[in-house]
Amino acid sequence: MDYDVLIIGAGMSGLAAGIRLAYYDKKVCILERHYRVGGLNSFYSRDGHKFDVGLHAMTNYVPRGTKSTPLPKLLRQLKLQAEDFALCQQRMSAVRFPEKTLRFNNDLDFFIQEVADNFPKQADNFQKLLKTIAEYDALALDAKPMSAREVVGSIISDPILIDMIFCPLMYYGNAQENDMEFGQFVIMFNSIFCEGFARPQAGVRQILDVLVRKYEGCGGELRLRCGVQSMQTANERVESVTLDNGEVLTADKVISSAGYVETMRLLPDYDPARFKNDIGPLSFVEFIMVLDKELSEMGYDKTIIFFNNSDKFNYRKPADLIDVSSGVICCPNNFHFDSPLPEAMIRVTNMANFDLWNNLEPEEYKAQKTAWLETTLNEVVKFVPDFRHLIVYTDVFTPKTIYRFTGHMNGAVYGTPNKIKTGATHLENLFLCGTDQGFLGIVGAMLSGISMANLHVLQRG
Amino acid sequence: MTADEIRSMILEVIHEIVPDEDLSDLKPDVRIRDQIEMDSMDFLDIIMELRKRYGITVPEDYYMKLSTLDSSVEYLEPLMKDI
Repeated sequence: MDYDVLIIGAGMSGLAAGIRLAYYDKKVCILERHYRVGGLNSFYSRDGHKFDVGLHAMTNYVPRGTKSTPLPKLLRQLKLQAEDFALCQQRMSAVRFPEKTLRFNNDLDFFIQEVADNFPKQADNFQKLLKTIAEYDALALDAKPMSAREVVGSIISDPILIDMIFCPLMYYGNAQENDMEFGQFVIMFNSIFCEGFARPQAGVRQILDVLVRKYEGCGGELRLRCGVQSMQTANERVESVTLDNGEVLTADKVISSAGYVETMRLLPDYDPARFKNDIGPLSFVEFIMVLDKELSEMGYDKTIIFFNNSDKFNYRKPADLIDVSSGVICCPNNFHFDSPLPEAMIRVTNMANFDLWNNLEPEEYKAQKTAWLETTLNEVVKFVPDFRHLIVYTDVFTPKTIYRFTGHMNGAVYGTPNKIKTGATHLENLFLCGTDQGFLGIVGAMLSGISMANLHVLQRG
Repeated sequence: MTADEIRSMILEVIHEIVPDEDLSDLKPDVRIRDQIEMDSMDFLDIIMELRKRYGITVPEDYYMKLSTLDSSVEYLEPLMKDI
């Protein structure tokens, strides 16, 4: 079977790339190993409860009519309407550190005022930072990497404010320990603070349904339960792709969203030693709890809280199974929905150690999940009214779960720290899109698929 | 297609790509991208639509021929005379 393009992975980036190519009449097939689309942003049901993975909120929200920001760009490129995602805005989010709280919503001026009120001496510096961010072209594919800690540290002099700015940006998309590439910092800053959070009424399912429907409507082929086992090469090109079931496909070009090392691993002569620094170290655990009433009934209206309880904010692979000293608390009910969600929920995300989780025996694995739930909730209730008596169901996913369902080594949801912005590989017809190409978040993932399809396929004729 | 038909076809294609932009005052001899909000991704879609609708392939080296309305018509007229 011969295709113009094969795409590995039916996540946000693979589907977006697929829509572009199928719309412009390329013969394209997306190969997904899982029985469900979504990859790092997906959904599942358990005992009658519907859960989302990945997406807490869609970033980059802008009101209709706003131009030149990522969300309207991607809607145009995918020939979708703003109504298709039916985005509902957040109520209010916050970054909470010992003794300091910075609230933010989808209005940048409100956040600027919060910074000025809490850090009056930094108000001018913060304006300078905004100017630097506005002048930086984060979508340039040839930009030279810079340390965001260095750039921001040269503008803002209060280390607590610096950490409070970095905390949400890192939690929502940073693959590197304790620092961030400045281009990535800019993308995340814009997507969270300058633009904002929103959620479709039906969560991630709604976005994925829209993408799949569009893709198939354009004539694209989607094959689920269809993993790529290996790729065969000749003359610096991918010559064929072999599936888990032994079937062999050929294509002019292959775009992989599997991750950089995960893609290299499919090639003959893969040398693990060469890529050992390219595997992301950072993974997460998430506790998802179904509650028997909404937290807004207890007066809690926050959508997302990024918290840190320690003197110094650490964003790194923890030495223990989980680091409970910082994390993210998401209340999916606290968006401005047209009608209430079917269930009240709260989700808590912390940094976790893949190796430690992966090495546990099954019984111990289960026991540790229960033990850490208790430890985590002890921290969380410092920021949220105590909801422990309201919990009717709990589900947990660990770095091991992430690896099992997405194939991302180390359960590294944000992929390699060394992004490959051009998407090019050493093979002339193999390209990367998605997390490891380097546009972050859900909107970034889709833009990544779009840009790589444009650059490497459509623009080449 | 006549030159006039090509001109209205291009305007229709642009309208479809950037529906929120007002095209009524577009000056024919000034770069389109300097007059309306249109980035390189949107510009690529003009090229792609020409291929999708009329089977016309514009090589990458000739993309700049489509920078203004006048130059687009001039470039496309011989290619589209039998369409």
